[in-house]
Amino acid sequence: MQLTGAQALIRSLEQEGVDTIFGLPGGAILPVYDPLLDSSIRHILVRHEQGAGHMAEGYALATGRPGVAMVTSGPGATNIVTPIGNAHMDSTPLVVITGQVATASIGTDAFQECDITGITMGITKHNFLVQSAQEIPRAVAAAFHLATTGRPGPVLIDVPKDVTQSMMDWWYPASVEEYDLPGYRPEVELDQEAVDRAVALITESERPVLYVGGGTLKSRAAQELLAFAERTGMPVVTTLMARGAFPDSHEQHLGMPGMHGMYTAVTAIQKSDLLISLGARFDDRVTGKVPTFAAGAKVIHVDIDRAEFNKVRQADVAIQSNVAAVLTAFDAARATPRNLDVWWKTINDWRDQYPLVYDEPTAEGPLRPQHVIEAIAAKAAPGTIVAAGVGQHQMWASQHWKFEEPGTWINSGGAGTMGFGVPAAIGAKVGRPDRTVWCIDGDGCFQMTAQELTTARSEGIPIKVAILNNAYLGMVRQWQEMFYEERYSEVYLSADLPDYVKWAEAMGCVGLRARTLKEMHEVIDEANTINDVPVVIDFRTDASEKVFPMVAAGASNDDIIVHPLQRGARQ
Amino acid sequence: MSPPEPYLGEVSRTPVRHHILSVLVENKAGVLARIAGLFARRGFNIYSLAVAPAESHARFSRVTIVVDAESAPLEQIVGQLDKLVNVVAISDLSPRDAVERELLLATLPLDDGHRSAMLDTITKAGASIVDVSSTSVTVMLAGTPGACDELERALEDFAEVELHRTGRVALPRLG
Ligand SMILES: Cc1ncc(C[n+]2csc(CCOP(=O)(O)OP(=O)(O)O)c2C)c(N)n1
Ligand SMILES: [Mg+2]
Repeated sequence: MQLTGAQALIRSLEQEGVDTIFGLPGGAILPVYDPLLDSSIRHILVRHEQGAGHMAEGYALATGRPGVAMVTSGPGATNIVTPIGNAHMDSTPLVVITGQVATASIGTDAFQECDITGITMGITKHNFLVQSAQEIPRAVAAAFHLATTGRPGPVLIDVPKDVTQSMMDWWYPASVEEYDLPGYRPEVELDQEAVDRAVALITESERPVLYVGGGTLKSRAAQELLAFAERTGMPVVTTLMARGAFPDSHEQHLGMPGMHGMYTAVTAIQKSDLLISLGARFDDRVTGKVPTFAAGAKVIHVDIDRAEFNKVRQADVAIQSNVAAVLTAFDAARATPRNLDVWWKTINDWRDQYPLVYDEPTAEGPLRPQHVIEAIAAKAAPGTIVAAGVGQHQMWASQHWKFEEPGTWINSGGAGTMGFGVPAAIGAKVGRPDRTVWCIDGDGCFQMTAQELTTARSEGIPIKVAILNNAYLGMVRQWQEMFYEERYSEVYLSADLPDYVKWAEAMGCVGLRARTLKEMHEVIDEANTINDVPVVIDFRTDASEKVFPMVAAGASNDDIIVHPLQRGARQ
Repeated sequence: MSPPEPYLGEVSRTPVRHHILSVLVENKAGVLARIAGLFARRGFNIYSLAVAPAESHARFSRVTIVVDAESAPLEQIVGQLDKLVNVVAISDLSPRDAVERELLLATLPLDDGHRSAMLDTITKAGASIVDVSSTSVTVMLAGTPGACDELERALEDFAEVELHRTGRVALPRLG
């Protein structure tokens, strides 16, 4: 069967089970948009290519399936660089298709030419510049294989216009052997000897902590984690990337570690004698000052990517594997620590002494951002998905929302990309239309990608956006208050400009506003009744609120700063 | 205050703690850029690098990279390199376990005053003369990196030389 390269591209995507593409057309990708009309694949027309990328990420994080985005060459391609970089940092499986100028024009500074494979070399797992139409099926199959196996990540396929316009004989690779990836071996055999040494360390441990990272979600190991944790009785912490991997309601869950982690999670790691890292990478936001991080702990480091071993922290035992297989092996060996009663007594004392607190809300406002999040959560349907922007509101969302299952927390961790929230929430809702999706956003973040609410409205994607409007780039303000003697430099945004309600309405959404406690409850109830169009709520929150606990950048986790309400109580 | 001198990097001979990575890669466009980009963005120092097709049908190339093991732990360098999809195999050769060779070409003026001493040096080093004119001579040495270093220093004592070295290639020592 003869097809054009463009038809072959669409057919290849169908072959990979793609149901949705997020994108925006232009000259170099035009040929591919024509056969799209005849395909069952849904295309979501974004208003900015960055939106397409973050939507694809949100889709991937909510469903566990790769997100797909398609854009044109030049500025279309550079506009999606930020989401690609974001997905690379968070190991999110993406396939991004970019149009390219015709092969004969490459290297001539042709109209809308840019070297997108060169630009994204360092922020993709791999990328391809397809040289002929006949090669398209192989490139697509290989891209999906690379994006979703081993340590997942973004893969970019750059397709010149003449390649999509020329003819090919349809074929599709029947097996991995036909992908032409001689250097790619994502599966490694489990090192039983390393497992045995890890089991020995577990057996000796008196103060273990399960340090659960995003890799646990990526390897779909939540069930195995629950079984292992319950059998051994070990305490669990889940990093910002792993929220939802272990139920927040579980007695053994100490919450999130790190810069804005729970006092108990941070301190339990510090005092542990064994840290079992499951798909975590000892990020500086978790470790604080590395030499004093869990200084007395032995480390078992489980990761599918061996380059993570000994990068930040020397491991006593490193096991290259997906998390699920290792936990199963630990269970098979009946790995069990010593009696943990004393350890739990210590931990529970910390919990009693330093729970998550915030100042009492006042009836007339301004609202407490933490309280707003808890109020939304209290009225949210079970299984609600939460996406966040980046800043204080993101930390509060991670702290105050109770995550019970994988795929319910959509956030930008490694890159910290402002503007991630709204498009990621849209992508999540597309992937999981059965779920309620809330975006907890900042006023600064919202302004970076809000235009995608027009996309959401026109495509019928009813997400709910809570803007915690503190009139500031709040996280930066917090640092200036605490570490720059309250010298506020370029962080004020204004609560009233733009008018978020009018802006929402202009985009065809319902716009609501809340200043008082009464209004807060009313607008949440109202938002919960709206299921046909997106809703945006402008919550007027207290600009002076700061995120606690906090470990200052570069400081030791031992010097964690607790909420002012708790400082008197500190021993 | 006068402006600081531009930073030109460290001028150094072979790093004391160097390692030789013999890397088999797919012979595809941009592979060298991927390797060089990885070293640059991760702050690993390359001391020398030599590339050529590994077999006659040219599906693979062999890249011999001499890395400065002071700049980053070797385990990190190898682990990151191995993640490049186009990298097929990496063997890490410590200098003790490897046969290393390098090619040196140098053109120098034929100065009557030093002619015989110069020729003497060339012969002693085991180098050969591969090109001559009435005013200059081009010599070649294929030898250990140490022998090339030595000849380079000796020639520089005589005259201004124009010098090219290939960077080393290596194979594991037999037994
Ligand atoms: C694209 C981008 N630019 C700048 C930053 C630095 N930054 C981190 S948080 C933040 C403030 C975010 O403001 P807002 O969205 O209002 O959230 P808030 O902290 O007030 O909750 C800034 C500027 C960033 N993370 N991303
Ligand atoms: Mg703000």
